[in-house]
Amino acid sequence: MTIVQIIEGPLWYIAAAVFVIGALWRIIGILRLGRRTDLSVPRSAAFPGAVKALFRHMLPHYGFFNRTKLHVFAGYLFHIGLFVVLFFAAPHVAFLKEHVLGFGWEAMPHWAFIVSAQAAFAGLILLWFRRIADPTMRQISDADDHIGSWLTFIAMLTGCLALQESNASLRALHMLTVEIWLIYFPFSRLMHAFTFVLSRGYTGIVYGRRGVTP
Amino acid sequence: MTAAKAVQAFVDTVDAAAASYMEACVHCGQCARACHFYETNDDPRLTPIYKLQPLVKAYKRHKAPFSGLRRMLGLVPAEVTEDELNEWSDLVYDTCNMCGRCTLVCPMGIDIAAMVRKVREGFVAAGIVPEGLTGAADRAINIGSPLGIKPETLRKIVNEQVEEVGIPVELDKEGADYLVILSAMEILNFYEVIGALARIFKQAGVSWTISTEAYEATNIGIQMGDKEIARTLVGRIVDAAEKLKVKYVISPECGHAYSALKWEGPNLVGRPYSFKVVHILELLDQLQREGRIRTRGKDARRVTYHDPCQIVRRGGLVSQPRSILNSVSDGFVEMKNAGVANICCGGGGGVSSNPRAEDYRIRAFASKKKQIDDLQGVEALVTSCANCRNVIEEAIDAYGMDLPVLGLTELLAEYLEPDGGGEPAKPAEA
Repeated sequence: MTIVQIIEGPLWYIAAAVFVIGALWRIIGILRLGRRTDLSVPRSAAFPGAVKALFRHMLPHYGFFNRTKLHVFAGYLFHIGLFVVLFFAAPHVAFLKEHVLGFGWEAMPHWAFIVSAQAAFAGLILLWFRRIADPTMRQISDADDHIGSWLTFIAMLTGCLALQESNASLRALHMLTVEIWLIYFPFSRLMHAFTFVLSRGYTGIVYGRRGVTP
Repeated sequence: MTAAKAVQAFVDTVDAAAASYMEACVHCGQCARACHFYETNDDPRLTPIYKLQPLVKAYKRHKAPFSGLRRMLGLVPAEVTEDELNEWSDLVYDTCNMCGRCTLVCPMGIDIAAMVRKVREGFVAAGIVPEGLTGAADRAINIGSPLGIKPETLRKIVNEQVEEVGIPVELDKEGADYLVILSAMEILNFYEVIGALARIFKQAGVSWTISTEAYEATNIGIQMGDKEIARTLVGRIVDAAEKLKVKYVISPECGHAYSALKWEGPNLVGRPYSFKVVHILELLDQLQREGRIRTRGKDARRVTYHDPCQIVRRGGLVSQPRSILNSVSDGFVEMKNAGVANICCGGGGGVSSNPRAEDYRIRAFASKKKQIDDLQGVEALVTSCANCRNVIEEAIDAYGMDLPVLGLTELLAEYLEPDGGGEPAKPAEA
């Protein structure tokens, strides 16, 4: 078995298993800590509050936009760019259809890929630059923040190198970096891609019960 | 040993919600942009999420998913030390009002104020609490009020107000519909609110009383993070309310008192109440809507309203004070970011009871001052929290400003329609 075959075969399954099992383990590990029943009399319902908070915190709060616009701009740029590339780049659509989901959808044209990838790169670089340049960001950042940023950057970069799928080694390199990213994911802050639902939801329950519209 | 107690308390206090907050934080630093202490000190240490660091470390070392695996690999944070706790003490107690403004800006929706409360529980376990708060707690437990107000003092102040307004107030009246509790600051500094309530409730036909066994609404236990003290203080109110067989307890113009009694109280005493908790603003608004409060005339001054954090952002009462204020004011103007995003006075969360924090508190008021200054000339500021009122008055003096601070209940009482008609109320003096 060649290295390329290992990367595209068993290593992919191992990485995918670590990602799925690890992420589930961590989420279940959080949820199993439980929460006491709130005995106070609610002003309004908890569940709609949780749903509202899920969406509300996706948008910048009106009161702070001027103070947070760099982060908001870079954050949207990166996340929207990444998600579009992840789910609509032609090779990804084909891969998901063939190896994961069994069905596919219309891939985006090449120009849209370029725009999305540029947006994702620009956003990620801006976010990371802010992390190293701002004294407050330096104060609160740790190694995990940097490792997560760099692994994502490298996975995106190798993805661009493999874009034409003309070279099996480049495609395998992209697969390898993605596999490392997937294995790192459940043990890192990259998990925020899932845990945001819990944190927004729990706060939304409080908002909902108290009748607060954030 | 001291640090070990804190670590154990940290670990014990983490539930699924707290864990999800620590797991979801992406260290984006947005919370700093919403914090008036950060804004007025320009110190990265004051970033709200950074204030949780001892709790986060203990959680990651002892309780987080994969902590066992990480410990084997030497990848967990070091144990929290006593030096570290001492180093964090000013971040936890002096520079956080637990106002919750940082949650609004957090993309993950992390309730940092609730988490600071949990950090404080660890500090209480370790005995690392500012003296101002422990002193207030001692007085609350042993005398009945954090400001040392004894039942005799309460009686004297109530009697003075009875003479002032000419309306009797029956203390410890069994079977009254409503039990009024007051914050220590109201009883000592803003006691006119008692007369105001007597006048309003007389007109509205409300049956009410004050208990000499549980007159104090302030809950220093909630502020310092001591559940036992918080439970004892809420328990006194519950016992008195049940003894007097009231249907409602009125939470007064005090922010943390409302959180303590309405939202945390039943969880502290471990059962739902046999009475309902209503905030004074809710009740006044309801009585106005029912036509039981009739006002005449309006204050012509240009006034603004300061939203107490625990009543608005963490209490959900936004429209009620505005409705009441509009009924007695012709010149009400809103500050920028009024309502849920309003800036704290700087004294909440026990900061005003903590003399060590005074410089921070006065500096933090600069954010509030800017909100007021942006209105370019208001003649009075109205609020509905006696602690906010006191803190703002002190800060106004410190900044050399000239701005009267008014309590909303008292302002409403000034414009009550006189019994049997008569002349319009005299406008308040500036």
